[in-house]
Amino acid sequence: MTHLLSVSDLGRDGIEEVLRVAEAFAEVGTRPIRKVPTLRGKAIATLFFEDSTRTRLSFETAAKRLSADVLSFSVGASSVKKGESVRDTVETIEAMGMDALVVRHPSAGVPVQVSRWVRRCKVVNGGDGWHEHPTQALLDCFTVRQVRGDIEGLRVLVVGDVLHSRVARSQVLAYDALGASVTLVAPGSLLPASLEGWPVEVTDDLDAALPKADVVSLLRLQAERGAGAFVPTLREYTARFGLTARRAQLLDPDAVVTHPGPMVRGVEIASDVADLPQAVVTRQVTNGVAVRMAVLFLVLGGAM
Amino acid sequence: MSRPLVLRGGEVLDAAGRRRADVVVADGVVRAVGPDVAREAPGRALVLDAGGCVVAPGLVDLHAHLREPGREEAETVETGARSAALGGYTAVVAMPNTEPPVDCAAVATEVLALGARAPVEVAVAGAITVGRGGERLAPMGELAALGVRIFTDDGAGVQDGALMRRALDYARGLGVTLAQHCEDAALAAGGAMHEGAWSSRLGLPGAPAAAEETMVARDIALARLTGARLHFLHLSTEGSVELVRRAKAEGLCVTAEVTPHHLVLTDAACAGYDPVFKVSPPLRRQEDVERLRAGLADGVLDAIATDHAPHAPEAKDLPFDEAPPGMLGLETALSVALSFLGLELALACMSWRPAQIAGLAPRQGGPVVEGACANLCVIDPAATWTVDPARLASRSRNTPFPGWTFTGRNRHTIAAGEAVVVDAEAQR
Repeated sequence: MTHLLSVSDLGRDGIEEVLRVAEAFAEVGTRPIRKVPTLRGKAIATLFFEDSTRTRLSFETAAKRLSADVLSFSVGASSVKKGESVRDTVETIEAMGMDALVVRHPSAGVPVQVSRWVRRCKVVNGGDGWHEHPTQALLDCFTVRQVRGDIEGLRVLVVGDVLHSRVARSQVLAYDALGASVTLVAPGSLLPASLEGWPVEVTDDLDAALPKADVVSLLRLQAERGAGAFVPTLREYTARFGLTARRAQLLDPDAVVTHPGPMVRGVEIASDVADLPQAVVTRQVTNGVAVRMAVLFLVLGGAM
Repeated sequence: MSRPLVLRGGEVLDAAGRRRADVVVADGVVRAVGPDVAREAPGRALVLDAGGCVVAPGLVDLHAHLREPGREEAETVETGARSAALGGYTAVVAMPNTEPPVDCAAVATEVLALGARAPVEVAVAGAITVGRGGERLAPMGELAALGVRIFTDDGAGVQDGALMRRALDYARGLGVTLAQHCEDAALAAGGAMHEGAWSSRLGLPGAPAAAEETMVARDIALARLTGARLHFLHLSTEGSVELVRRAKAEGLCVTAEVTPHHLVLTDAACAGYDPVFKVSPPLRRQEDVERLRAGLADGVLDAIATDHAPHAPEAKDLPFDEAPPGMLGLETALSVALSFLGLELALACMSWRPAQIAGLAPRQGGPVVEGACANLCVIDPAATWTVDPARLASRSRNTPFPGWTFTGRNRHTIAAGEAVVVDAEAQR
């Protein structure tokens, strides 16, 4: 693996490999001493130009469990505030001897641009604008596979703000590559302008779609990106697209409900529903560390 | 006065047609045109080989951002005019979105003075509204008195329909042309590229074709209402071409231009998130490219105009959605046009028709006949060259065609009788 910029860089075989390696690393998290020397001597920087709690902590935990040195860069404390460009920031940090950069940026495509600017560093996309969040989709697949055994043939609903969601774009690519069928459930105002080339079906009737679903991926309504203005009211959004207690009764008992977090309880998911056994949100977080260990290991030249 | 010169061995091609002829130039004027007139030239004349080439009226660009005053790190009137000369242009219309903008006589006078020292003619466009703010009319009469013939808030369209209507009513009496950058700001808000399959996949906010077409439709209605002359800048969509076709069929006084890049590039170019391909209006779909080309062939579109928009590397090499829109055009436009257009149509779209629209005819774009102003280009249709951004005369490097190889290039440029480009090298 050279860089991980998009799920499409991996293909089915690449995804399978990440999941297989993650399987092996998941065990590390259960040991009394949760650390292996695999990436000792390697240096990994997390460059987050946008606020994040779980993704950043997850990547840093993953790197530390692999014994890599971790350098943590956040825009609030950096010279970006003094007018330094992303390019200069990246070149400066690489010059300190980094082996991999995990990049999150509010603008789509920045990790792709960074991959052109670096000399030898590997670049991992930690989420870019509305574009992609590959490791989130990989950890979703890992978790669903853990629960359901296989992803081939599963019916996946991706519900909510697809337009502004990097998670949705990565999920569609990953689930499709693994043989699941994906249906987007959203009002027209929260769908991308064109779905040409997307291997998906579309509906705005969640009630009709839920009973047949094996996986329900709820997306957060991204109010901070102005998504609030794309629906009349949050109340109406919840009424039509929220996983309410009433709707949860339509779920198949074996269905899996995922959420990339942070959850907004009461909007896209009712509080009681978030605590149902089908909801695997905390398991996703746990698995996220193993999946990111696998990604860092593979981009830094590891082979199993 | 510059040295007399002879263009020997070429074919003359102008609006009147094509014929084998030498051209003798002295004192800024064409002195003789004919198959064997080279020997009538004074003995000290500079002889330029035009064998295998076409001698034509110089190209006229309706749409160049020369960035001076205010953004001299990106371009100056001098470097922009040199780029133009290399591209075969003998006149460019400098867009008014400088800093400060050309919305008063003082700034227009400054740019005209800079242009007077430039290697090619620099005409100045004025702003329609004060500060290009879209709120109050700029002093168009004062600017017209200085020779300004085109007014535009380019960079943005005039959003307020009532204000645009007043501008058209006011301009009618002055005999000037208003030129609109058609883009509904609310519909296009935040759009970093064309809204469609590519923007959806790339996760970039898009500007829909409708953002352009709604303003084209509104302004056609205003042209009908006011009877004023209206020019559409850089049309980019199939729908816009159709709207203009109908407006012309109705007999309205409208003209339209298209850029070289909208004729050869599509939104797929944005796939690598290289901000060089960010431009306003955005690169559109293949269907749009095809309709724009057909629009040139069927005469709905009058002109090819570069929208030459230099940006310094540090200003352009940003995240795609933060980067400013715009790409270079002056040095590559003719070669791009010749990659899919015949020479006759390319020259009509790049010389005599834009000269008419800009009010620069016949000293620009006029027939190559005895007594005409000597603004000429000499095009070698067989010359092959590869675009090297580092070798462009522009101060900026944001060409969308680095490494492209073209056949057909400007060889010599004669501006006001002076050989400002000889064998594709700038002389000053």
